[in-house]
Amino acid sequence: MSVSSSLAATSARARPGWRAVLLALGAAAAVLPAFLLSDYRLFQLTTVGIYAIALLGLNVVTGYNGQISLGHGAFYALGAYVGAILMADYDVPYWATLPAAALVCAGVGYAVGLPALRLGGLYLALTTFALAVAVPQILKYRGLEGWTGGVQGIVISKPDPPAGLKLSPDQWLYLFTLGVAALAFLLVWNLLRGRIGRAILAIRDHPVAAEAMGVPLARFKTRIFAVSAMLTGVAGALGAIAVEFVAPDSFSFQLSITLFVGLIVGGVASLGGAVCGAAFIVFVPNIADQVSKAAPGAVYGVILIAFLYLMPDGIAGLAARLARRAGFD
Amino acid sequence: MQRRSVLLGGAALAALGASRRASAQQAPGVTATEIKIGNTIAYSGPASAYGAIGHAETAFFKMINGQGGIAGRKINYITLDDGYSPPRTVEQTRRLVEQEEVAFIFNGLGTPTQSAVQRYMNQKKVPQLFVATGADKWGNYKEFPWTMGWQPSYRTEAQIYTKYILDQKPDAKVGMLYQNDDFGKDYVAGVKDVLGGKFDTTIVKSVSYEVTDPTVDSQVVTLQSAGADVLITAATPKFAAQTIRKVADIGWKPMHIMTNVSVSVGAVLQPAGPEKAIGLISADYRKDPTDPTWKDDAGMNQWRAFMKQNMPDADLTDNDFLFGYGVSLTLMQVLKQCGEDFSRENIMKQAASLHDFEVPILLPGIKLNTSATNYHPIRQMQLMKWSGKSWQLFGKLIEGVQS
Repeated sequence: MSVSSSLAATSARARPGWRAVLLALGAAAAVLPAFLLSDYRLFQLTTVGIYAIALLGLNVVTGYNGQISLGHGAFYALGAYVGAILMADYDVPYWATLPAAALVCAGVGYAVGLPALRLGGLYLALTTFALAVAVPQILKYRGLEGWTGGVQGIVISKPDPPAGLKLSPDQWLYLFTLGVAALAFLLVWNLLRGRIGRAILAIRDHPVAAEAMGVPLARFKTRIFAVSAMLTGVAGALGAIAVEFVAPDSFSFQLSITLFVGLIVGGVASLGGAVCGAAFIVFVPNIADQVSKAAPGAVYGVILIAFLYLMPDGIAGLAARLARRAGFD
Repeated sequence: MQRRSVLLGGAALAALGASRRASAQQAPGVTATEIKIGNTIAYSGPASAYGAIGHAETAFFKMINGQGGIAGRKINYITLDDGYSPPRTVEQTRRLVEQEEVAFIFNGLGTPTQSAVQRYMNQKKVPQLFVATGADKWGNYKEFPWTMGWQPSYRTEAQIYTKYILDQKPDAKVGMLYQNDDFGKDYVAGVKDVLGGKFDTTIVKSVSYEVTDPTVDSQVVTLQSAGADVLITAATPKFAAQTIRKVADIGWKPMHIMTNVSVSVGAVLQPAGPEKAIGLISADYRKDPTDPTWKDDAGMNQWRAFMKQNMPDADLTDNDFLFGYGVSLTLMQVLKQCGEDFSRENIMKQAASLHDFEVPILLPGIKLNTSATNYHPIRQMQLMKWSGKSWQLFGKLIEGVQS
């Protein structure tokens, strides 16, 4: 055997081993905090998990498919309100609000994906941004007040853990969110690694070539928008349960900007990047607040610029580069 | 996967590191040497102008600590930025209550933001004291006994206007223009409180507008054609300016009463046209720092000295600093009344036991009163009229009704 093929054989043999170990460690490290940390810290980690799902959705459409969306806060808000209205007005159990939010947001995402076909790049970005700006106003609209509760918003309750489990509501919600996140990541990973994943990336990198290769652009792009909206909508529904309150002011256009920031900082076109980006958008504002009371926004901006400068392809990109150098491929 | 484990492992270690202190707690947030107070306010984002209140309060408690604190304890005032975003308010409030273990939350700002944590605070039985908004619901002692406001609520303000109208024009035909949300609806409720059964005969027309509407011109015309000779406007600054201008432009001269929220010279009267607003009536409970009447006033000079010593570079025309100072003085009275018992129950009890307490930066004669069935500390205001150049106080203090 030549040197290279024997090397390849060695690493191929080693690969499944360390991947499985890492997966087990990761699962343990993810579940362990539920029994170690205080309720408040778990609440923060739950929020990280929720934003990770939302960023996963954004990543699918923008990172992997190249359709820039600056309006994903709108889908997050839609999912949150669907969940809250079902729980508050129709006594739907909390876990059933997630599929409902998924369905509604997928439908709306598809509807948004259709006109998006005609727009590209910056025009799509602005159009989706307009959607994000419109959302709080629409939520306050008098005609919908009976449903949305208007400016007052809707108050809901965190679920109690299923009978028999000695967990606090925060612990249970954390584990539940973890489960939903794991499922979401698994689904997206599965979607992206096969033929469809290659087609999606091809559409992003060279749509003309993709079309020439037989990829139906319109069908893929609209469906990816639907999948992306669905994921962010589920995150929104979970977010509503975690915060126990939805109001129009919770979903201003700043949410869409925040999600976009999380996408870029975490790492575009990277599943792990969604988690990193989520951690960034949850923890860095608090750090900025501790550094300076007078201008936390400015400190946040400085930290953001530092991240982008030092890690132009995101935290995930940096980690991937380091891993490659260490020999993990 | 590697990244996720490192991240979560790091978070776990960091959290474990920041766990319980071993000091002797006499009550939540209280030791023999310290009282911890929490606050959430908008230091960033679209409402960050309100951050001035937090700065004033920080300076105030620093001054108190310099004078020896209260009951031998220093006040540790922890104020966090919530960016006027309800989910962040929830996070920061939970951090203050569960992580920092503060005795109570003081002067949290914003109706949507404080609404998001109202139920949580009452469930956890932590005082949500002197909430910084005029929404009437902070006085709902029956359902939320741990929540109390401070400033006159919008509903109280509307009661005061209605009392004045009935006093001046018993046969008034009143029109109302209000913003279609909690804020505007509080005004309608206040008017109803005073008119009672006569609401439908006295109010000839009541129209609302959405914050999303471009103008309120059609509403103003509707009100004029309904034959109203008194107009109560519960509108935020942009719409208030439009209303004032339209009323003048259609040649309508009602007794025009404007909510205290929209009395700013720069934000409302200048855009509307100061001469178009002559005769406009509103009310206030604070002394205006730019009013020459209070040039040598003892209370205002006390505040000016405080500002000069502790915040020398601040803009003295920004009455958010005045607000922070006034509500902090009220808190000091509550803490004084607590004696040595700073348990949450006693703090709430003392907050509900204010008797004729006067705050030097409020208009003379305004007395704060609270009881187990009255969670509105300030219920008096004085009317003022726009002269074309400035607001002129007139008449006597008027008190809202017990709602």
